[in-house]
Amino acid sequence: MSRKNVAAPFAQEVLLAPDAPLEGADFTWEGPDSGKSDEIARPSISYWKDAMRRLFANKTAVVCMVILVVILAMAIIVPMVSPYTISEQHLRHTNKGMMYRAEDGHVHIFGTDDMGRDLFTRIWDGARTSLFIAFTAVFVNLIVGVIYGSLSGYIGGQLDNIMMRFVEIVGGIPYLIIVILMKMMMSGDKEGIMSLVIAYASVGWLGMARLVRGQIMSLKEQEFVVAAKALGAGTGRIIARHLLPNLLSVVIINITLAIPSAIFTEAFLSFIGMGVQIPYASWGTLAQEGVRVFMFYPLALFLPAFFISITMLAFNLLGDGLRDAFDPRLRR
Amino acid sequence: MTRYVLKRVFYALLTVFFLTMLTFAMMQLLPGDPFIGNKAISPVTMQALYQKYGLDKPPVEQFFIYVGNIMKGDLGLSIKYNRPVTRIIGEGFPYSAELGIRSLILSVTFGIILGIVAAIKRNTAWDTGAMVLAVIGVSVPSFIVGALLQYFIALKLKGVFGLPIQGWTTEASKILPAIALSLSSMATIARLMRTSMLDVLGQDYIKTAKAKGLGQAAIVWRHAVRNAIMPVITVLGPIVASVLTGTFVVENIFNIPGMGKFFVLAIKELDYTLIAGTTVFYGAFLVVATLVVDILYGLIDPRIKLGSPKE
Repeated sequence: MSRKNVAAPFAQEVLLAPDAPLEGADFTWEGPDSGKSDEIARPSISYWKDAMRRLFANKTAVVCMVILVVILAMAIIVPMVSPYTISEQHLRHTNKGMMYRAEDGHVHIFGTDDMGRDLFTRIWDGARTSLFIAFTAVFVNLIVGVIYGSLSGYIGGQLDNIMMRFVEIVGGIPYLIIVILMKMMMSGDKEGIMSLVIAYASVGWLGMARLVRGQIMSLKEQEFVVAAKALGAGTGRIIARHLLPNLLSVVIINITLAIPSAIFTEAFLSFIGMGVQIPYASWGTLAQEGVRVFMFYPLALFLPAFFISITMLAFNLLGDGLRDAFDPRLRR
Repeated sequence: MTRYVLKRVFYALLTVFFLTMLTFAMMQLLPGDPFIGNKAISPVTMQALYQKYGLDKPPVEQFFIYVGNIMKGDLGLSIKYNRPVTRIIGEGFPYSAELGIRSLILSVTFGIILGIVAAIKRNTAWDTGAMVLAVIGVSVPSFIVGALLQYFIALKLKGVFGLPIQGWTTEASKILPAIALSLSSMATIARLMRTSMLDVLGQDYIKTAKAKGLGQAAIVWRHAVRNAIMPVITVLGPIVASVLTGTFVVENIFNIPGMGKFFVLAIKELDYTLIAGTTVFYGAFLVVATLVVDILYGLIDPRIKLGSPKE
């Protein structure tokens, strides 16, 4: 910027006196120096862009993302457009194989189960239920874990001591036992979906809380936090605006790896008979039904088993890919 | 060291107490009644039944009676089987323990070997193969592995292997359940061992050993593996836990009369005392296992300072 009406020599410059009246109209906007800005040869790459570039260069991770997007899309679309419902029985053609075409014109892409229900519809409706449970549970974990961990890590002292002892004691009990107990306590829930979410979330947040606390403890000593404090930022603002963005990458990796564990827990509980109730279906209940009949009709087990495994595999590999992308130093 | 051990023992006791309290509270909150569903029971009989199982006293008193009985080694009577819970555990536990130990041996041995091979033959087909196996092992739940093994190995390839589909009687019948249960922990160990080996192989003392003219085998066994195995020991606690909870489903699939089978049955039949008893037993067992592993770790690795918390 420059002054319009600078006529007098510097020594006689009255306008520069401390109490000189200054007005916006005295200034003109000249804009950036177009010649100089061209000198920056390449656009600057932020940490996020760099990480994403590394992630997309990783073929395994990209394949996993594609698989997950396809599974998610199928889970959303198939139950909407399918001509069958999950509990509709066709007793005339039971236990049929893949691509079965009945004489009455029914087509069953994945065949039918022992009650003649369309497995294609059941698998994708089950995907909906399983993924809904996994995503919701992990979301709850995220919220509780981040708040608990950041408070404990940032405030520190006696509060941290008490909060972490609690985590230690709850974490000392094998998580599946707590999940089973929680699930049993909520057996009044007829669908069994929300009780599965709460049961998993009741222990799932522990890992997230530990992780966030550790990160916050090391971050809070850094200069930018001191600077924020010196500028008068309060605890809430420092945590939300300065600390949390810095641990976003670790949290994202943790979420990606927590989802397969939630899918596993759902399948495990459904398998021992504590899962979602009829008429709902999930991958876990489908696998359990499959195990009952797989000696003579293996497809009923193979299909849910395949989708549970491929989804967990894709999330696990994507998590590994994200870890490599966010922290190339850890790459081996 | 003594202080650390005492502190850990104190926390272990606290955890078990907390678990007992949690289990008890949940049993109180559970909907349903163990005596409903049988034939119509007259109020007098109901009263007598409640008195027999101590269900007529206030909850807090029941809790202290329960804790007191646990101290005496009494976990109450199973409501469905009308037998002491401790006896049911005593009958089932040897099966579960044998299954657990067999799979632990399998997973630790093969996990470590896989990890070492993958690290030494880094970026070769060996490495890729071992790691693909490891990722699959982590991603496929044990009940699926078990059912697939039953179908392909025991049923389809019956002529080749001749392994029975279920049961726990002959030596041959114990192979498939142990494999099904060990796969996921084997995968965890293999991944960890590989990372740790790569870390150690980059250290200066390995270079020194090479410079001295030691052979590959001596470097790997005498210098690298001994140091790389440390982190594997730390995860043994959680691995024991996952193997033990894995027995719930594996015992059900392979029809093994272990504790896991009873635990799942108890859940399905709402047998309160049996659920509570097995839960407390499982919990206490795992807490002790983790405690032992942690203390052992401190004894084995002198680099770990136990007196001060690692914060």
